[in-house]
Amino acid sequence: MEKKTLFDKIWDAHVVSIVEGGPSQLYIDRHYLHEVTSPQAFNGLRERGLKVFRPAQNTCSPDHNIPTMNQDKPISDPVSRNQVDTLMKNAEEFGLTVYGLLNPKNGIIHVIGPENGYTQPGMTIVCGDSHTSTHGAMGAVAFGIGTSEVEMVLASQCILQPKPKKMRISIEGELAKGVTAKDIALYVIAKMTTGGATGYFVEFAGSAIRSLSMEGRMTVCNLSIEMGARGGMIAPDETTFEYLKGREFAPKGEAWEKAVSEWRKLPTDEGAVFDKEVVFDAADIMPRITYGTNPGMGIGITEKIPTLDEIDDAGKISFSKSLEYMGFKPGESLLGKPIDYVFLGSCTNGRIEDFRAFANFVKGHKKAPSVTAWLVPGSWNVEKAIRAEGIDKILAEAGFELRQPGCSACLAMNDDKVPAGKYAVSTSNRNFEGRQGPGSRTLLASPLVAAAAAITGKVTDPREFM
Amino acid sequence: MREKFEKLTSTCIPLPIENVDTDQIIPARFLKATTREGFGDNLFRDWRYDKNGNKIESFVLNNPKYSGTVLVAGKNFGSGSSREHAAWAVAGYGFRAVVSSFFADIFKNNALNNCVLPVVVSEEFLGELFKSIDENPANTVTIDLPEQTITNNATGRKESFDINPYKKNCLLNGYDDIDYLLSRKSDIEAWEKNR
Repeated sequence: MEKKTLFDKIWDAHVVSIVEGGPSQLYIDRHYLHEVTSPQAFNGLRERGLKVFRPAQNTCSPDHNIPTMNQDKPISDPVSRNQVDTLMKNAEEFGLTVYGLLNPKNGIIHVIGPENGYTQPGMTIVCGDSHTSTHGAMGAVAFGIGTSEVEMVLASQCILQPKPKKMRISIEGELAKGVTAKDIALYVIAKMTTGGATGYFVEFAGSAIRSLSMEGRMTVCNLSIEMGARGGMIAPDETTFEYLKGREFAPKGEAWEKAVSEWRKLPTDEGAVFDKEVVFDAADIMPRITYGTNPGMGIGITEKIPTLDEIDDAGKISFSKSLEYMGFKPGESLLGKPIDYVFLGSCTNGRIEDFRAFANFVKGHKKAPSVTAWLVPGSWNVEKAIRAEGIDKILAEAGFELRQPGCSACLAMNDDKVPAGKYAVSTSNRNFEGRQGPGSRTLLASPLVAAAAAITGKVTDPREFM
Repeated sequence: MREKFEKLTSTCIPLPIENVDTDQIIPARFLKATTREGFGDNLFRDWRYDKNGNKIESFVLNNPKYSGTVLVAGKNFGSGSSREHAAWAVAGYGFRAVVSSFFADIFKNNALNNCVLPVVVSEEFLGELFKSIDENPANTVTIDLPEQTITNNATGRKESFDINPYKKNCLLNGYDDIDYLLSRKSDIEAWEKNR
């Protein structure tokens, strides 16, 4: 029998047809929508006089534009408000489920999908958002699409996609103290470079990946796009099933048993061939931080920024431009650099485990007075868990305030903007120029590195406190 | 029906920066519109204008020396976010093609869906093209979609580029994927029943 990879098994099972000399017509099980990349797609449907083909397979949640304070009041920016209102109206007009502001199920679409059991192993999942790769952690083929493709899925529950190549990245061994899923991802991206997995769909494997919680796996898959990968995924196992069991939209009873037995067949067959295989040793990974303006420009927290000699010729202009923007010098260390903002949240690190880690770290300490900290849960469900576990009290004692859920300062479409020239240690996914506000300077890191920076006011190795 | 693309000869606008991400092409704060129009005005907004809205003279789009409908960019153009607004901004500004040695996947799809042709060339071709433009901004390239070739008219260097035959056909004829998918509705229903 043909040996197949996890990716092949799911992809091949969803091909409706192959277009002559072209892409596959791929059936999509689940489509998530948010307010930023969908309005033009709904307009397209109206212009063509179309309905949504399979409304039950489409779920909407406004997340990018929403404020993280006073969500009971109208959104102050009229343009943001209009975009959120437009999603609500479109969902109503086309008969789609939408979790609007203050709905207990509202939150970042990539956080609420898994936590409500919408995201399941073996599915094909798309959303007009590159971090759709997050859902791959559940053993699904999940990837980001553009708005024209959002319209295609609404109209036909299919898209046309060339089949990507396959890569397996294995992380073997045990993670050292203070090293998290985020550090694995930042390490891999730095090794692969920001475009190093372009054209590939990546399966993450190896003992270090297997040992991660579902939340950690989501962090790793979330960041696969930052090395250019079409998506990232992890084979479903007991951790996956345990996470999913009992969630609202997960199968129940006999259907659950049947589904699990199908899902157990999904992992890559022994001997299946990948177009590329890469193996890393978990022991080589330390807490990470980025110094530049793409997520691949990162170092171990005690390491130094590369010197110009270490950069190839074609990349020298970009490297120098990047360091100039960040206000750093080649060859210097980041340890001890003063920082101004800390952001805990986003679809990368806005889940309950991230808040547990942050709270555990800052317990018994105080927030540095010079630091503005934005702690933004990924969803109301995460917020509820934070309160249920008493994490909010630990945070409050250490001088931290909890905000309301949303994408927030990850891309600063709402009011949570880091001012020009200021440094933010951020648990989000992108350190591009201006990403967290015009002129903002972002240092990507794990919740632990963010917590250490929040209590010391400077870039700090969290292991000093552990 | 969409715009069609066949053959194009134009001067170029050079952007020899690598890893130009979609947040640079169109910053997030300009993504709040609910239509596809107007994004060209904010293409490369924060490289093009300072915080007071004044033109940054040193940026290539503000340099009167350079004009044309072909953008030539360093490798890994369009990385990051899936925002199709990036492709709308590139198209809205008036570009018909982007030439680079490497494109991010989602941007490439988005560009093709908006009749902007991403042309992948070798590192050597790209380096030479930057040099030709630098020597004389009046130098042109010719992009021939039916033949799948790009020519640096200053040096005569010609290279073939890849595009899948389906997408090529769409661009040549002004079709889009939705037209195709809508024509396959009954197949989709049949597939759903048999899955």
